[in-house]
Amino acid sequence: MPESILALYVFVLACFIGYYVVWGVTPSLHTPLVALTNAISGIVLVGALLVTGLEEAGIAASFFGFLAVLLASINVFGGFLVTHRMLSMFKKKKKG
Amino acid sequence: MELPLSPTTQALAYLVSAILFIFALKGLTHPATARRGNLFGMLGMAIAIGATLAGAAVQGYWLIGFAGIIGAVIGIVVALRIQMTAMPQLVAALHSFVGMAAVLVAIGTFINRAQAGTLNAVLMGELSAGIVIGAITFTGSVIAFAKLQGLMSGAPIKFLGQHALNALIAITTIVLAVHFASTGSWVSLVLMTLLAFALGGTLIIPIGGADMPVIISMLNSYSGWAAAATGFTLHNHLLIIVGALVGFSGAILSYIMCRAMNRSIINVVFGGFGTDSSSSGSAGAVAAEKGVKSASVEDAVYWMEDANRVIVVPGYGMAVAQAQHALKEMMELLQARDVDVTFAIHPVAGRMPGHMNVLLAEADIPYDQVQEMDEINPAFPSTDVVLVVGANDVVNPAAKEDPTSPIYGMPILDAGKAHQVYFLKRSMRPGYSGVDNLLFYKDNTSLIFGDAKDTIEGIVTSLKGGGH
Repeated sequence: MPESILALYVFVLACFIGYYVVWGVTPSLHTPLVALTNAISGIVLVGALLVTGLEEAGIAASFFGFLAVLLASINVFGGFLVTHRMLSMFKKKKKG
Repeated sequence: MELPLSPTTQALAYLVSAILFIFALKGLTHPATARRGNLFGMLGMAIAIGATLAGAAVQGYWLIGFAGIIGAVIGIVVALRIQMTAMPQLVAALHSFVGMAAVLVAIGTFINRAQAGTLNAVLMGELSAGIVIGAITFTGSVIAFAKLQGLMSGAPIKFLGQHALNALIAITTIVLAVHFASTGSWVSLVLMTLLAFALGGTLIIPIGGADMPVIISMLNSYSGWAAAATGFTLHNHLLIIVGALVGFSGAILSYIMCRAMNRSIINVVFGGFGTDSSSSGSAGAVAAEKGVKSASVEDAVYWMEDANRVIVVPGYGMAVAQAQHALKEMMELLQARDVDVTFAIHPVAGRMPGHMNVLLAEADIPYDQVQEMDEINPAFPSTDVVLVVGANDVVNPAAKEDPTSPIYGMPILDAGKAHQVYFLKRSMRPGYSGVDNLLFYKDNTSLIFGDAKDTIEGIVTSLKGGGH
């Protein structure tokens, strides 16, 4: 199987997982859901690392990679932290 | 463990990371498991980053470390300081970063691969997809941010031939992408990128401020597809999986938001629902004609303190007035009098999905006292008092009774079925849809004019004072 077709398989199957998992999310947590998906889409950081870290990377590629690492890091750190902050606020009624 | 990691070890680490991300989303099924879910997400991300850095492909660390530290500091500071009312803006800004990062990664990959002489048509097609989706996400999110932050008007910007122009830009972009994929031309690459940036703007400007929850969800989805496209270019299955998860999450939220307004996504994207909130004079005239009752804080307190059940319907106005903390105090005072207090949330209340829930949680209102539309609607007929705080369209019976109304068919909270309805309003302005609210004119409805926070604080003072 060619590499691109394998990637397509992975993509389509992951879409199904996404569909079923996200329908289970309670509406009261939709804002944290957006913030969390935001944080995990910071996974483009992996791509940015691969571009920047390449041994043969020239100045131009390094420059683009540098900016990409910076932006994706804001997403990763900011996204997870703000999600944590929000989720810490959701409390159950105190008994008694 | 030997360094650098073998490709097999790295791939296995990515698999673990992907599973953790799925568990992270799964955790959001219930508030009780949500924080653990977020921790799974962090762990997944840490593993993914660690495995990438430890792999053979990454050789230089200085630039990465430098950029990563700057990004981390900015992210942490912003996340700690941001006000909960400003969450929609923050989310829009973060979406734009993902979009831009995807564009930068794609261009960087093109440069690296061109240098190594390993370009091919499939790869360049995938790069084009990454660049186009990323660029649209970027400018679209920037516009959404500007609208939310009040840097530009929330009103839809429409002009003649707008859709034709968008179609023209889109087709030209695709033609350039095909040309780039088959020739590797720099000119096509640059033009395609610029046009995609332009398209992100022109696609979002006709969408009105009232449709912000849909825009935010759509851009959330785009940012996922941008990550997936990056995964295709790098043959990285982790990025593909995560991109698909995020893409679908945003798509489902868009669908839920549209359904809650009884509109199709096509209608939202091309519609431009009237939302120039400077109202026509006619609403006031009609109000006077039909006789809207206004009430004082004391009237509302009189009915509420002896009630069995009070339901509060918060809307964006509550966020603007920052009335959630006062509401919490009111809730506690009423509960001390054995009044059952519940908060009723419409799916599109606020500027992003679930916005109201976060604000109420911020004010320490327990989540089990906050209910969604379908859960709470049967309870309205047996409710003594409904307090509508800065919401409007979501309780407008025109959605059920007036087939000519633009919001006809939209599911609403049945506030009008309660014995008494009090609207906390600044003025007689209609809601964001620009539609007059029929509920104002019902016999059991009264309006309390003034700032929502001041009014609630007045209720609180009165409840404290009249201890009997």
